[in-house]
Amino acid sequence: MLEGIMIGLTAAFSLQNLLMVVAGCLIGTFIGMLPGLGPMSIIAIMIPVAITLGDPAAALILLAGVYYGAIFGGSTSSILLNAPGVAGTVATSFDGYPMAQKGQAGKALTIAAVASFAGGTIGAILLMVFAPALSTVALLFHSAEYFALMVVGLSAIAAFAGTGQVAKALMMTMLGLMLATVGEGALFSMPRFTLGLMDLQSGISFITLAMAMFALPEAMFLVLNPARGTNGEGGSNKITGLRFSRAEGRAMMPVIGRQSVQGFFIGVLPGAGATIASFLGYAVERNLASPEEQKEFGKGSVKGLAAPETANNAACTGSFVPLLTLGIPGSGTTAILLGALIALNVTPGPRLMTDTPEIFWAVIISMFIGNLVLLILNLPLIPYIAKILTIPREYLIPFILFFTLMGAYIGQNNATELLILVGLGVVATILRFADYPLAPLLIGFILGTMLEDNFSRSMQLYQGVGFVLERPMTLALLVMALLLVLLPSYRARRARKRAEGVADGD
Amino acid sequence: MKMTMTRRVVLAAAAATLAFGGAAQADDHQMLEQLHFIVPGGAGGGWDGAARGTGEALTESGLVGSASFENMSGGGGGVAIAHMIENAESLDNTLMVNSTPIVIRSLTGVFPQSFRDLTLVAGTTGDYAAIVVPADSPIEDMDGLLAAYAEQGMDFAVGGGSVPGGMDHLVVAMVMRAAGEDPTAVNYIAYDAGGEAMAGLLSGEIDALSTGFSEAIALADQGEVRILGVTAPERVPAYDTAPTFVEQGIDTTFINWRGFFAPPGTSDEKTAQYIAALEALYETEAWEEVRARNGWVNIWNPGEDFRTFLEAQEQEIGDLMRQLGFL
Repeated sequence: MLEGIMIGLTAAFSLQNLLMVVAGCLIGTFIGMLPGLGPMSIIAIMIPVAITLGDPAAALILLAGVYYGAIFGGSTSSILLNAPGVAGTVATSFDGYPMAQKGQAGKALTIAAVASFAGGTIGAILLMVFAPALSTVALLFHSAEYFALMVVGLSAIAAFAGTGQVAKALMMTMLGLMLATVGEGALFSMPRFTLGLMDLQSGISFITLAMAMFALPEAMFLVLNPARGTNGEGGSNKITGLRFSRAEGRAMMPVIGRQSVQGFFIGVLPGAGATIASFLGYAVERNLASPEEQKEFGKGSVKGLAAPETANNAACTGSFVPLLTLGIPGSGTTAILLGALIALNVTPGPRLMTDTPEIFWAVIISMFIGNLVLLILNLPLIPYIAKILTIPREYLIPFILFFTLMGAYIGQNNATELLILVGLGVVATILRFADYPLAPLLIGFILGTMLEDNFSRSMQLYQGVGFVLERPMTLALLVMALLLVLLPSYRARRARKRAEGVADGD
Repeated sequence: MKMTMTRRVVLAAAAATLAFGGAAQADDHQMLEQLHFIVPGGAGGGWDGAARGTGEALTESGLVGSASFENMSGGGGGVAIAHMIENAESLDNTLMVNSTPIVIRSLTGVFPQSFRDLTLVAGTTGDYAAIVVPADSPIEDMDGLLAAYAEQGMDFAVGGGSVPGGMDHLVVAMVMRAAGEDPTAVNYIAYDAGGEAMAGLLSGEIDALSTGFSEAIALADQGEVRILGVTAPERVPAYDTAPTFVEQGIDTTFINWRGFFAPPGTSDEKTAQYIAALEALYETEAWEEVRARNGWVNIWNPGEDFRTFLEAQEQEIGDLMRQLGFL
């Protein structure tokens, strides 16, 4: 391995490859900041450029830089505009946006940058040390376990609900699960709930729903409730404090440590990825936090922001394990990367490390450089990026609307998306006025498809629900899900009892 | 300040993309000034690669002055087909890429139109299908697979990256029918995408996988899978260690073609121009490079041949789907 690292170091530090890292990261972050343009479309655009380079190591370094650069940049629109452009940064907006609302946009961006850096770097260390051994881990999960993992994700939904809103959160989750069934599922060649509309045949697109649930109601809210924009809650015209305090840093440390490892391992599983990693990271950290800290979650908690940001970057790095060691793309983005590699006559798989070690190691080493570049690039820019929020509301609203509509349109090039977006946006605005949390809806939507697909696959493979008992890991995950549901209510009841006890004692 | 930078980067990126589409010198053998490709799916998919690869080779070789691309996803390709038909009159120099699914999806009624509603230009590339097992599987050949299937019945799971009734499933059914088994009895497990299906195979969740031949070659090269059979009529020179189904006594062949369509009502003269440009493309180095890079197999099915081919494929797939109960 040491020899490999040496080869990688020499290759990664060549002038050309250093330029590739910087270029990839730059392009990735800037385009990634625009909602609607996720890593997948950016990489697809960059592929012809990468292929003309001719050198597979340089091409992969460039594309990998674009990939984690886009994840890095993707958090910006979540934090500033509540408009997550990629599923992996939805959880970032839960605490990032409230923080920006409080006028701490600079701090939120700094935390996101540091957490991303740590997640990416620790992920790269894990990748370097364990990649060959991890290829077996990637194959540990069958459909049954993926199903159970999705149940764990859903059971953690209480974590996303404000206090006393559990019933509302569950209702929204159900709504999200229902929306996920629209269209022709992967396992059934029958269109469902499409109302006969061809545009609904492939289901509701994630970006459209995310924009409709988060960004549009936000803009509408600002229009309908102008008081909030000028002085109400919004001290947001002043950007105070770009740095987080030492105490906050200390609070973040264990979160970052745990989430880089957890996120990385979830990323290794083909079919889970950055989105699941960020949600589970958020949920786990909320459950681990002290009751006082828990109240902060959803209102601008430092931990709540650091957790998904660390996890999604670590998962991103983790997804290179099945890609490089097995040739299995775990997500749409890595599938495009795989296509580019094959186009360059590199076939990823178990022999990549032995046949072309210079590619394997150069890519991993370049990840360290890339993460450093991203941090250096982003930190000085944060004050300027955060200034977006000092734009008066009346100018900011059309700006949000523009990016929202563009984001929904650009991925599909289909004007009907805009109608769907506005329709769903109106519903979302009403729900928001009625104080229903919208995040659970989006989570239900994202997990719904995977939940259903993996469940029906397992049913078909085991000809019934027998897999729950036959596969110990499935059972363990399902028990964990049950605990996640029961534990908070048990805690709450105990706390209530204790409070009553004290009252009695008085 | 930040936003102007962002915008500049976007513009630069857009300009770069355009430059790549249009990086061609006006050569003397230019046959068409410009060509616009409609891709019925998103960026990065198979259709997208086929259109961009063809466009790139056409401009690079100087056969076409410039090429542009438009992604129009939705309805399994139905949105793009409807667009081609509705706007036929205003769509000059426009070609839509499509492949075997246009036949399957118009049979199942995903969209009401079929290839008959468009002007057929040519089928240009193809990929055979293959059935693979993990490299460490005890199954050595199709006889072994059939024996294992006879023994395990429903517990013998064959996976693929398409919906039941989709291409990967139809290949399994075709092979099993030709081998004298009941094609409806096979336990076919559908995955969302080829990558997931591959993970399913290597993790031991499924026993065999139906996939595209080019993907199968990539994995066989890495020593991860064994190719049990290819749906080619004879062994493919690019990878001749893989046996065909035919030589193992299973008389079935299948090709997943990719080809181009023009809007309905395109004049014969214009269609002939498209066909001539694509035919000339085969002879160029630029095409050879793109083709080899993507692992495509050249097939050449212009105009009326294309119609005959599509009608035959529609008949065959239709029969099979009726037998499977999907129609």
